[in-house]
Amino acid sequence: MSTRDWLLDDSPATLTQANLGRAWRMFTALMRNPLAVAGMVIILLLLATALFAPWIAPESPVGQNLQARLLPPSADHWMGTDELGRDIFSRVVYGSRITLMIVALVAVISAPLGLIIGAVAGYFGGWVDRILMGLTDVFLSLPKLILALAFVAALGPGIENAIIAIAITAWPAYARIARAETLTFRNAEYIQAVRLVGGSHGRIIFRHVLPLCTSSMIVRVTLDMAGIILTAAGLGFLGLGAQPPLPEWGAMISRGRTFILDQWWVATMPGFAIILVSLGFCFLGDGLRDVLDPKQGGAK
Amino acid sequence: MATDTTLAVRAGRRARGVGGFVVVTMLTFLGLLAITFFIGRVVPIDPVLSVVGDRATQEQYDAARIAMGLDRPMIVQFLDYVWSVAQGDLGRSISTNRPVAEDLARVFPATLEMATLGIIIGVVLGVPAGVWAATRRGEWVDQVMRVFALLGYSVPAFWLGLVGLAVFYAGLGWVAGPGRLDIFYEGLVPPVTNVMLIDAAIAGDWTVFWNALSHLLLPASILGFFSLAFIARMTRSFMLDQLGQEFITTARVKGVPEWRVIWSHGFKPIRVPLITVIGLSYAALLEGSVMIETVFSWPGIGNYLTVALLNADMNAVLGATLVIGSVFILINKVSDVLYRVLDPRSR
Repeated sequence: MSTRDWLLDDSPATLTQANLGRAWRMFTALMRNPLAVAGMVIILLLLATALFAPWIAPESPVGQNLQARLLPPSADHWMGTDELGRDIFSRVVYGSRITLMIVALVAVISAPLGLIIGAVAGYFGGWVDRILMGLTDVFLSLPKLILALAFVAALGPGIENAIIAIAITAWPAYARIARAETLTFRNAEYIQAVRLVGGSHGRIIFRHVLPLCTSSMIVRVTLDMAGIILTAAGLGFLGLGAQPPLPEWGAMISRGRTFILDQWWVATMPGFAIILVSLGFCFLGDGLRDVLDPKQGGAK
Repeated sequence: MATDTTLAVRAGRRARGVGGFVVVTMLTFLGLLAITFFIGRVVPIDPVLSVVGDRATQEQYDAARIAMGLDRPMIVQFLDYVWSVAQGDLGRSISTNRPVAEDLARVFPATLEMATLGIIIGVVLGVPAGVWAATRRGEWVDQVMRVFALLGYSVPAFWLGLVGLAVFYAGLGWVAGPGRLDIFYEGLVPPVTNVMLIDAAIAGDWTVFWNALSHLLLPASILGFFSLAFIARMTRSFMLDQLGQEFITTARVKGVPEWRVIWSHGFKPIRVPLITVIGLSYAALLEGSVMIETVFSWPGIGNYLTVALLNADMNAVLGATLVIGSVFILINKVSDVLYRVLDPRSR
């Protein structure tokens, strides 16, 4: 029996086999969507760039060379150099690490937070639901960027605070999804069965409710990634996110602002990196949505 | 008799609907106030220190603490905050040394002017583009529109602003540069509404009008691009739902011309949900203008907010957050109400 047959077996023998089979089916469905494949390639490229940055970048991201200030793109410097003679391509390459760290941390903080709040609200209902969802709705009805700006202003500039501020504004959407999902199977028979054999609330929520919310959650988080990258870059641009000399893409655009009319490449190049990565997450998210929950397909 | 009861029931239901709406809106505003209060008083480790500085003596520190009312219980402080905001008092800005509410009233028209032109561009181009893509589903027009829309979610607004300046101002010279007016036109027109185009039109000074428009065109178009992307995508999706209905097929079979099928049978029913979409993107433009204003040195609320951020001027930051948040909530709720009033099914 080949691996493929084992994965696609109609009556899997173990839980692992069933899960792997499901993942394999989703993967092949995703592979049939050209945009999703493009998105996946871009994100793999981002991961590889971040991982192998020291080997890819020809120069150090912070090493200055005042003799080579503001050079236009050439064979030596693919994206030119900035006002301190640093190679922009090398900085963009190292910047992928910062971007990746920001999106990963925001996702790791906000998705579980929203998931738990939403699942608790949906599972218990009543006044717990009303209070938690009231809070969620207030956050949802506010502009995200402005809220993040105000939080960073209070916390003080810096990359850690920017991550916290973005996470604070990102969780409500996940809470809404988790609650909606929880409501649909709160009274399902298998939940009642667990309750009947004496499963605690915590056990039911963590073992039986949350796992069922994950697929719509993955779609939503992927689609939100572009927004998170843009917000982080915006905070960096305003000088509230990553601080110099960190090669954060938004902060790099901000440095290049002064030279935009004569040395256009300083500000423009990091922007292309932001667009490429955001587009990658958008493409992948769109594809994942079609595969994971076809009922929500906005782009028919 | 029966109709009377139904009418009474219906009136009662509507009154309860309106009452519920008011209560929900008030609660949302209260939530917004709770968040700004939380950001201003709880998040900073020591709000007193940020006012008096770290070289103050213990006596000065204590005096400032009492003067700021921070020795009172949190809930009293919060109610006090709500009360002063309700009276229009947002505190004093440390960078302009004027009441924040006054500052905001002065800068808000500039933002409104830019966002309004932006949404006009977004609607005028976005709605037809969405309808067009829906009627050509799967063809190249549709694909181009899809990539275009996704770009709207992926391009940083501030970057597009900078590139726009480099290309259309410095390179091609089609539009004027940053700011609202060329320097020698400043102060020529008496400020009436603080919306430059309207003020110039009132004064009948068309040179200033065209100069102001030339300054406005690029930032408004960039804002317009972002709402265009969203509006076109939503229009397409609504339109596809409609064009799949049986009455459309019936109309086509009857021999109704295609343009009438699209605009009369297909488009008419989606006008109502589109209003909600347009309302939401208008609110989003007010948010997007923060970045664009910074790039274009546009003296609006976004620029005011970022300047305040860099000076750690918390009263101004929170005041601007409060105003933008309130406008956001208001637009959200109004488009909600409009939807209910205009949609015959919800009557």
